[in-house]
Amino acid sequence: MTKKTKPVVYADRRFLDRLTAAPGFTSVSASVISIIVGLILGFILLLFIDAGSSFLGMSDLLTYGISSAKSFAKVLYKAAPLMMTGLSIGFAFRTGLFNIGATGQYTIGAFFGLFAAIMWKFPWWAAILIAMLAGAVWGAIPGFFNAYFHVNEVITSIMCNWTALFLCNLIFMNTPGMWLNPSDRSRTISVVTANPSGLLPRFGLDKLLDSSYANIGIFITILIAVIVYFILEKTTFGYELKAGGYNRHASVYAGIKSKRNILFAMMIAGGLSGIGGAISYLAGTVDYTISSTSLLPMGFNGIPVALLAFSHPLGIIASSVFIGYLQVGGEAMQPEFSAEMVNVILSIIIYFSAFSLIMRGVVRKFIKRKEKKETPETPDAPVEPPVTESKGVEN
Amino acid sequence: MDNYIIEMKNITKEFPGIRANDDITLQLRKGEIHSLLGENGAGKSTLMSILFGLYTPDTGMILKNGEAVKITNPNDANALGIGMVHQHFKLVEVFTVLENIILGAEPTKSGFLTLNETRKKVIELSEKYNLHVNVDAKIEDISVGMQQRVEILKMLYRENEILIFDEPTAILTPQEIEELMQIMRNLIKEGKSILFITHKLNEIMAVSDRVTVLRKGKWMGTVNIKDTTKSELSMMMVGRKVKTIRSDKRAQSPDVILKVEHLTVANKLHKKLNAVKNVSFDVHSGEIVAIAGIEGNGQSELAYALTGLEKTISGIIHFSNVDITNSSIRDRVKLGMSHIPEDRHKYGLILDYSLEKNLVLKRYWQSDFNRHGIILKEAVRNYSDKLIEQYDIRSGQGSTTIVRSMSGGNQQKAIIAREIDFNPNLVVAVQPTRGLDIGAIEYIHTQLIKERNSGKGILLISLELEEVLALSDRILIMYNGEIVAELDPHKTTPNEMGLYMVGGNRSTPQNQEAGDLA
Repeated sequence: MTKKTKPVVYADRRFLDRLTAAPGFTSVSASVISIIVGLILGFILLLFIDAGSSFLGMSDLLTYGISSAKSFAKVLYKAAPLMMTGLSIGFAFRTGLFNIGATGQYTIGAFFGLFAAIMWKFPWWAAILIAMLAGAVWGAIPGFFNAYFHVNEVITSIMCNWTALFLCNLIFMNTPGMWLNPSDRSRTISVVTANPSGLLPRFGLDKLLDSSYANIGIFITILIAVIVYFILEKTTFGYELKAGGYNRHASVYAGIKSKRNILFAMMIAGGLSGIGGAISYLAGTVDYTISSTSLLPMGFNGIPVALLAFSHPLGIIASSVFIGYLQVGGEAMQPEFSAEMVNVILSIIIYFSAFSLIMRGVVRKFIKRKEKKETPETPDAPVEPPVTESKGVEN
Repeated sequence: MDNYIIEMKNITKEFPGIRANDDITLQLRKGEIHSLLGENGAGKSTLMSILFGLYTPDTGMILKNGEAVKITNPNDANALGIGMVHQHFKLVEVFTVLENIILGAEPTKSGFLTLNETRKKVIELSEKYNLHVNVDAKIEDISVGMQQRVEILKMLYRENEILIFDEPTAILTPQEIEELMQIMRNLIKEGKSILFITHKLNEIMAVSDRVTVLRKGKWMGTVNIKDTTKSELSMMMVGRKVKTIRSDKRAQSPDVILKVEHLTVANKLHKKLNAVKNVSFDVHSGEIVAIAGIEGNGQSELAYALTGLEKTISGIIHFSNVDITNSSIRDRVKLGMSHIPEDRHKYGLILDYSLEKNLVLKRYWQSDFNRHGIILKEAVRNYSDKLIEQYDIRSGQGSTTIVRSMSGGNQQKAIIAREIDFNPNLVVAVQPTRGLDIGAIEYIHTQLIKERNSGKGILLISLELEEVLALSDRILIMYNGEIVAELDPHKTTPNEMGLYMVGGNRSTPQNQEAGDLA
């Protein structure tokens, strides 16, 4: 018997070895570990607030998203724009830029999407295209100043965020046709009533999932994620963009038009966020309301989405669905826990999710140590990467 | 009789894919200068990092005065009297010498610095060892050689007895090297023990008592300098006989590949001064023109202007009979200009890209490697495999190796392969062998001469006089942004070159015409 089981064990181990050696394994497991740590800490916080309902709250958070077709539809609805802002920020990260302006580009996208659908009676796809172009223009502003005047894109995009918000509010306020009730102007008229062709098509998904939240938005965003992946990994353009992201000097040395590429990268990032804004508001389930005190959070939530996926476009598909899942689960916790509390819990989980970069190092160390243990008589020394010559590296 | 102050016994240290140190034993006698010789990647730095507490060995032990010690961080090393002058100085530029010396061990009295006594002590030390350091000067205002002395003073101030010098001469002028040797001898006289890491055989022969040779992580032997010769040591280090390359004399071809006229380039730091002032010269096909000079006399800026990384203020650059003064870098590449950059990490490589992606850095846009903007992965892989094979680039995982994990010598080989293989007309090679070992230097020199013999023009910008003398057909000396002399390598001497390099002489008239040089 024992003789028979042995080869199985070896085969098993070989499989494990291959798994741990696979590219991306450390990244994926690091993200998973970060999520688990975040969930545990979130749960501990729940225990402190209200120990009695903590178990119920936690199980709501974790299971509500798949408890019914209806809630799952809502998860996908939330994930779609998150995916876009995540892609926007992740794409910029890969090219060495920090697009903190995603929220502004998202706002501009939402505005133009709604405006095109309601005022110009554009069909949904045209409205999305308009939103994309508008977002791209908004992304181009910090891109332009970074590329040609060495102004840090973080500063300009933060300014652009507020400019976008107030600009959109201003135009909305002065366009009576946009309003459900022109006399109070608190929320925009529903796309359903103003221009049914402006709504994202549902193709019977609403019937299938029994939810008005269901639409094709998630499929559009997944398709875009795949396209972004293709551009970054398979094309010379992506090669140039990433080269510039890793080492701007070397990309210039190679004859790459680095300035032009910075501008293009920010335009693409802006376009992605712009699409996100349109997809979110053209679902017909939420109307735009005027807020002059806070930026739309979607753009910022894209940051943990991107971080959790190490800015990998395909990973962003998964991480945006996960964050969307938590947001829907958080809503289910609400009678027992206040909306603010749910936000705190979510923030903790998301916050820890962003630690995945640190976790990646931990996972690597763990794998190395395990490999070491297989060869006997070696004390477990800390494993560090080999010394690389740092000659001439300037900051 | 053997009175060892430090012994490293049977040290083994493994990194993923490499055994950096394999059963190495190093014994340092009290009061000796012990050299550690080896090529890049031989394990010298790893061994010293272990002694300095930056790494923990997998197996083996360290003894001080015969007693086993454990060194897990640099503070442990410091407590044991081990100090190190790093290759790249660890100094705060805007602090004074004195402030740098006390940094990390500040003398205080109830929370306030007490500098007066320390100042006296540092000055005494400086005089005792003939270091002649001005303790009140700011680091940014003193020369590189002087900065190195500050590092030495720092070790002395901390009363270290075991001094590690990591490649200390790489950045010094010939005169400064001679002075450093003298300082090292003084230190020994005062009872210090020195570990001297280098791959320059001349220096080892000149200053050390014994030498331990490493090759590919293994201990090759420890020998007395009295009982050995340079060629024997280089045999031990490289594993085969190394020949010093020297180019033969050739007649100049009439084809001018590069013609520079009255070129002026700005100085980045001081906007009002120019780094390159009204420089004119040319490079013919089939010749190596060397530009020699002390670091910071405009050579780097000249190279950047020629290759398009920096804009010119005035002047014209003709390349292959085209005015490229304002051409883009890509256009210069297309005309056949290759550039082996001075700073290979800043410009030459994208360290986080794989080797294959770096090897196509200058060619990925060509139709061989992409179709309608989509990269032909297989073509890239095949090309990269071919270069790796042809240029003997060694790495852990071949084409897919991340370049950051490769040794400096192999990184440089990758750049050379890339820059030579696209069949350029002109190679602008700036410090192509900086920081490399004998084997790699021999290889690169051979490649450059091969390129010259096949009719290409080569502009070699180098700080190494030996290299300039060995390879070039003509030598131009740069001083303070100007070309002050044109010399014949077969007639001149290092001393004569040195005189021009420090501005002590001038054979070309100020603001001369290009024609005068040719």
